[in-house]
Amino acid sequence: MTKFIIRRLIQTIPVLLGVTILVFSLMHLIPGDPAQIIAGESAPERQVEQIRERLGLNDPLHVQYGKFLGNIVTGDLGQSVRSSRPVADEIGTRFWVTVELAVYSTIVSVFLGLIAGIISAVRHYTVLDVVIMIVALFGLSMPNFWLGLMLIQYFSIGNWMPDWMSFMQMRASGWGDSWKQVVLPVITLGTAGAAIIARMTRSSMLEVIGQDYIRTARAKGVKERIVIYRHALKNALIPVVTVVGLEFGALLGGTVLTETIFAINGMGRLTIDAIRTRDFPVVQGTVLVISLLFVFVNLLVDISYRFLNKRIELD
Amino acid sequence: MSTYKNILEVRNLQTSFFTDDGEVKAVDGVSFELPKGKTLGVVGESGSGKSITALSLLQLLSKPGKIKGGEILFKGKNLLDYTEKQMREIRGNDISMIFQEPMTSLNPVYTVGYQISESLMIHQNLNKREAKLKSIEMLKLVGIPSPEKRVDQYPFELSGGMRQRVMIAMALACNPDMLIADEPTTALDVTIQAQILDLIRELQAKLDMSVIMITHDLGVVAETCDYVAVMYAGQVVEFSDVRSLFKKPKHPYTVGLLKSLPRHDIEQEKLQPIKGTVPSPKEMPVGCRFSPRCPAATDLCRGRMPGLITDEQKNEIRCWIYSEEWDGDPEVNIYGEERIAEG
Ligand SMILES: Nc1ncnc2c1ncn2[C@@H]1O[C@H](COP(=O)(O)OP(=O)(O)OP(=O)(O)O)[C@@H](O)[C@H]1O
Ligand SMILES: [Mg+2]
Repeated sequence: MTKFIIRRLIQTIPVLLGVTILVFSLMHLIPGDPAQIIAGESAPERQVEQIRERLGLNDPLHVQYGKFLGNIVTGDLGQSVRSSRPVADEIGTRFWVTVELAVYSTIVSVFLGLIAGIISAVRHYTVLDVVIMIVALFGLSMPNFWLGLMLIQYFSIGNWMPDWMSFMQMRASGWGDSWKQVVLPVITLGTAGAAIIARMTRSSMLEVIGQDYIRTARAKGVKERIVIYRHALKNALIPVVTVVGLEFGALLGGTVLTETIFAINGMGRLTIDAIRTRDFPVVQGTVLVISLLFVFVNLLVDISYRFLNKRIELD
Repeated sequence: MSTYKNILEVRNLQTSFFTDDGEVKAVDGVSFELPKGKTLGVVGESGSGKSITALSLLQLLSKPGKIKGGEILFKGKNLLDYTEKQMREIRGNDISMIFQEPMTSLNPVYTVGYQISESLMIHQNLNKREAKLKSIEMLKLVGIPSPEKRVDQYPFELSGGMRQRVMIAMALACNPDMLIADEPTTALDVTIQAQILDLIRELQAKLDMSVIMITHDLGVVAETCDYVAVMYAGQVVEFSDVRSLFKKPKHPYTVGLLKSLPRHDIEQEKLQPIKGTVPSPKEMPVGCRFSPRCPAATDLCRGRMPGLITDEQKNEIRCWIYSEEWDGDPEVNIYGEERIAEG
């Protein structure tokens, strides 16, 4: 197992390099001169030249990339053009807000999705199964932003509007009823994932329940509950785990909209603002950080996948 | 001790699948009995209802299968009156079952040891450690080398023959009174087949078990069984002791099966497969189900289903030829030109 984790870690190195190259190219792929865009159309040539100098745009590309990589390794993501603060500081707390949002949403969607999927599979072709699957279909087809707006519409009366910063403060001094502030954004973000996981779990469970080894377990006199939760579920989770990993990625993307709708000051909103104001270093920083997070989550998924599926131990 | 002659008596068992296309009578009035310590062979072509009969005995049918009627008397008590909880106590403890596909019958994500331990923990209240020690003992019993190492391995680390041995270890862990083996060797190499059959026979004697051996191989029956139930299209068409069956098969279907079997004791021109195919549940013949393929069939056979007729040896045949009402040639020779049962 440790050998596998080490090998898997080494495998992420090329991926990480790829990510940095992509993020680095961001600056150069946009049409026009980045320095000019940052400075504005009518800025004097001298000012543009200054910016170009500051961003190191006059160096050859490989030198620029080398510096960029070196800076990343030391945690230096450059400076925001707008606020002149280090990008790392800009991302700082916002990163944790987004991670928290994503993690809660993932937990909620895994929890709901698994339960709904298992019930559906065990009771398949009953009314309950049909109802769950219809709800899941709705959850799946509802656009994120629309669901968010609807939730605000219906719940804003009950003071369920989120105030993420106060939520962060609350958390420091115990939970209180700060959960109210998390509920809506987490529902907004987690619904689609829950639906996908529910459908995946159902079909995976149905397939597993038809397997010979489930009959073997029953023939041993194992209780039905244990047949389902021990013998079937562990096998059924193998494909579901992969979906959870992918879902988490989709969720990180989804935070952009959700944070905007609920006025949450996280990475998603930072990215949007940076794009709008052409603050390239910040865009690079947020994209880089989110990509790294995604790579990390996939690493976790692979490890847990491997933990469930003994068979891959062979290769 | 309660009084029972046979460890198992099945009477008029009926099991159907209620599909969207209607009822499929997979098992339709099956009866047989098995004296304690003996082996009953159940033979028949694919689809004749052997596995469904076996699964019915343990009430392990999956939807849309359902036992419609009959009696399953195990040690004199009707299992069909048992609650699900009572049945769980029977399964793996009094009656165990092993399956045709060793490659898929073990759970891929649990160790062999855990899977054997499980029934010990359920039925004998052993703790984890005790159960593991007993599992190692069982692995040794079924002839698996270095059982201390194997016990912690996963099924994919074992060959098909090994897995079937593990299945046997698992089935026998709680010392059952009866073992149902559903084609335990069909999926294995010929040499491994013989080993597994020998193992079952050896353990049967050692543990004083009764065995139901399901197979479509009459060779296996000849080697291992005391009694045979020949199944055709969901019914038992001949129930007999092994000696009589091989010496003088009575049902034309049994004769056909024997003719399609390679034999060493007589000269055979060539193997003769039975012509035609098993009728599908939707177009089941009204009369004898074998009549469309039977060389001796008459209007009586085609028109009415024969009942079971008991002969002098207490063997049973479902065939009009042996009844008073037989309307065909009284000297009918169901064995064809070359009699196959000279020996
Ligand atoms: N799930 C099901 N739904 C509908 N019909 C079924 C189902 N399972 C079995 N049957 C019916 O039951 C019949 C008997 O099946 P069974 O598995 O007992 O045959 P078998 O004698 O064990 O054959 P084999 O030698 O291939 O194992 C089949 O021909 C089929 O028509
Ligand atoms: Mg079968």
